[in-house]
Amino acid sequence: MKKTKEEKILTFLFILPSVILIAVFVYGFIGWTGWISLTNWKDVVPDFTFVGFRNYIDLFHNLRFQIGLKNILVFTVLFLVVSIAIGLFLAILLDRKVRFENVFRSIYLFPMAISFIVTGVVWRWMLNPGTATTGSLGINMLLDKIGLGFLKSGWYTDPNVGIKAVVIPAVWQMSGYVMAMYLAGIRGIPQELSEAAQVDGASNWQVYRYIILPLLQPITLGAVIILTHISLKIFDLVVAMTGAGIGFSCDVPALFMYDTTFRGNFFAQGAAIATILLIFVAILIIPYLRHGLREGS
Amino acid sequence: MKRFKGLSLLLSVLLVLSLGTLAFSQEKGVIEIFSWWTAGGEAEGLQALFDIYNRLYPDVEIINATVAGGAGAHAKAVLKTRMLGGDPPDTFQVHAGKELIDTWVKTGFMEPLTDLFESEGWVEVMPKGILDIVSYEGDYWSVPVNIHKANVLWYNKQIFADNGLNPPQTFDEFFEIADKLQEQGIIPFVLGTKDGWEAAHVFETVLIAKLGAEGYSGLWTGETKWSDPGVTEALETFKKMVTYVNPDHAAFTWDEAYEYIIDGKGAMSIMGDWVAGYFFSKEYTDFGWVPVPETAGIFDALSDSFGLPKGCKNRDNVINFLKVLGSKEGQEAFNLKKGSIPARTDINKDLFDDYQKSVMEDWEKDVIVPSVMHGAAAAEGWVTEFKDVIALFVARPDIEVTQKALVQVAERAGVAQ
Repeated sequence: MKKTKEEKILTFLFILPSVILIAVFVYGFIGWTGWISLTNWKDVVPDFTFVGFRNYIDLFHNLRFQIGLKNILVFTVLFLVVSIAIGLFLAILLDRKVRFENVFRSIYLFPMAISFIVTGVVWRWMLNPGTATTGSLGINMLLDKIGLGFLKSGWYTDPNVGIKAVVIPAVWQMSGYVMAMYLAGIRGIPQELSEAAQVDGASNWQVYRYIILPLLQPITLGAVIILTHISLKIFDLVVAMTGAGIGFSCDVPALFMYDTTFRGNFFAQGAAIATILLIFVAILIIPYLRHGLREGS
Repeated sequence: MKRFKGLSLLLSVLLVLSLGTLAFSQEKGVIEIFSWWTAGGEAEGLQALFDIYNRLYPDVEIINATVAGGAGAHAKAVLKTRMLGGDPPDTFQVHAGKELIDTWVKTGFMEPLTDLFESEGWVEVMPKGILDIVSYEGDYWSVPVNIHKANVLWYNKQIFADNGLNPPQTFDEFFEIADKLQEQGIIPFVLGTKDGWEAAHVFETVLIAKLGAEGYSGLWTGETKWSDPGVTEALETFKKMVTYVNPDHAAFTWDEAYEYIIDGKGAMSIMGDWVAGYFFSKEYTDFGWVPVPETAGIFDALSDSFGLPKGCKNRDNVINFLKVLGSKEGQEAFNLKKGSIPARTDINKDLFDDYQKSVMEDWEKDVIVPSVMHGAAAAEGWVTEFKDVIALFVARPDIEVTQKALVQVAERAGVAQ
C-alpha cells in the first residue's frame, strides 16, 4: 500500500511528540549521565571539570565494585537458568491439559504482580536463619520439621551464600512469568506437528525434545533478554531484602551506585556505574533489537 | 485533695498565661517538615513537637515528610535530589557538624539563623560545644534539638545479675564476660548490620577507646595518622568483638537486633542513646548502661538539627517552627520521648529519666568528641567510604589490608597521611 504525501506528513506529525519526549527524557539524560561520569563532580555542588576516564579506572580498582560485579554475574546466571528451567517445566505441566488449569496458571503468575520491595521484605524474614538461642526460623524451621535439616543454611547472612540467597525470591517472582511466555509459545505451535510426530511413533519425550523445544527458541531468547535486563538492574529486591550484606556479599552495582551518589555525594562515580550498567544491558539488547528489526522488515 | 485541685487549677491558669505571651498567631498555610524519624521514640518525639506547634499555630497544616531507614540513608538521598532540583522541603533534619556545614552550608543552600539565635537567647542557653558545630564563618546555621551520646554499652541487667557479672570497664573485662556468657548460650554481643553503618558505629567507639579523645578527634583533622598503632589495636579489638556477635546480624537493623536484649537472649550491645528511646517505646526498663569500655569521661556526641533552606516556600512558618524547636518547652517535650538530652542547659532535669539525667551530667563534665558515623566529624563522602571499609572488615578481618584502606580513604578525603 503506497502512502500519499499527506499521509506521510500526518504520520510524522503524530509520532513527533513522542520522538521529542524520548529524545530529551531518555537519550538526553543518558548523554548527560555519560558526560557527568567524565567529570570531577563529587560534592552536592556540580563540578564539571573534565577528568577523562579517571572515574572508570578508579571504579575498577574499587574492591566493593569488583565484588558487586562478580555478584551480579553469579546472580544473573543462576537467576536465568533456574527461572527458565522452572518456567518451562511448569508450562509443559500445564500444557498436559490439567484440570483447573486457569487456577494454577494464576497461582504461578501472581508473584509477578507483587513489587520487589514486598517480596524482599517477606523473604528477608523467611530466610532469616535464626540463631542458637532462637532456634531455626522461617525456611530453616520448615526444613527441620520435614526432616531435611541438613539443607539448612545461613542464607544471605552467610557471606559464602550471599547473593545466591537473593536468587530464590527473584526466581519465585519471575518464573511464573516465564511460564506464561512458554505456555503461550507452546499453544502457538500447530497441533498437527506433534500429532504427525506421534503418528510416526515418537514418544512424548521425543515430541518435546525434537518438535516443541526447537520451536520455542524465539521465546527462550525473549525470556533471556527480559530476565537479564531485570537482573542487571536489580536494586529494589536487594535493598529490601539484604542491603549490601556481610562484606558486600549481597552487594550489586546498582546498590553501590545509590550509596556512593546519594550518601557519599560522589555523583561522577555514580554516573560512571550507571553508564557501565547501561553498556552491559546494551551489549545484550542491541543484537536482539537488530535481529528483531531485520525480521520485522 | 481539694488543695491539690486548687493547685492544678492555678497551674493550668499559669500555663495558659505563659502560652498567651507566645501569642496565638494568625499564620496560615502549610509547613513541610522533612526527617527520618519513623521508629518508636523518635516518631513520638517529633509528634510532641508537632503538638506544640499545632497549639500555637492552629491554622498551619503540618506535612510530616518522613523517609524511613537507618541513620537517614534513604532520607538523605531524597533530600539531595530535592535540594539539587530546586524543590527544598521547608525545613529538614540534618546532623550538626560536617554533614550540615560541608554538605549544605559551604555549598550555599542554607540561610544563616544568627538573628534568630540572638533574639531567642539560644546563644546563652546552649553550650559552646554544640554552638560550635552549627556555626561556620561566624554565623549559626541550624537549630539543634537534641544531643545524643554514641559511646554507650547497653546491657540486660537481669542476665548480668543472674551470672554475677559487673558491666565491663575495659576490653579485657568485656572479653572475659563475653566468654562466660557464651558458655551459658547467651549472645554476648548483639549487633544488627543490615543498614551497613552499625558496625562502623561500634568501631568508631573502639577507636575512641584505643586512641583517646584527642587521638580520635585528630584522625579527622590529620593530626593523628591512620597508620597509628592505636588504629591497629582498635582493629584487633574490634575483630575479636565480632567473634561474639549473633551470627544473623546481617538480617537485622539495629532495632530489630535489640529484641535479643529485650527477650533476655542477648547481653550487651554498643549503640547511641536512641536505644533509650527505643526501650521506652517498648516499655522495657530492665536495661543498664555504662560508657563503652575505656571511654569513660569521653562523650562521643552527635546532634540532630533543623535549618532554613534558601528558597523554601513557607519561610515564616519555618521560623516559627524553629522557635518551637529551640524553646524550653519544645526541647523538653521532644527529648523526653526521643531518649536524647536537650541542647539547652536550662531545662527542668527532674522531668527526665535516670538514663537521661546521667547523660546530662556526662555532657557537662566529659570531654566532647564528634561522632563520625553521625555526621559530626567528617564530610559525607569520607563517612561513606569509611563505613564500607569497616563493613568489609567484618567479613574479611584482615587488619593490614583494612588499615591500608583506611589510610587511602583519608587521603582521598583530602587529609594528608
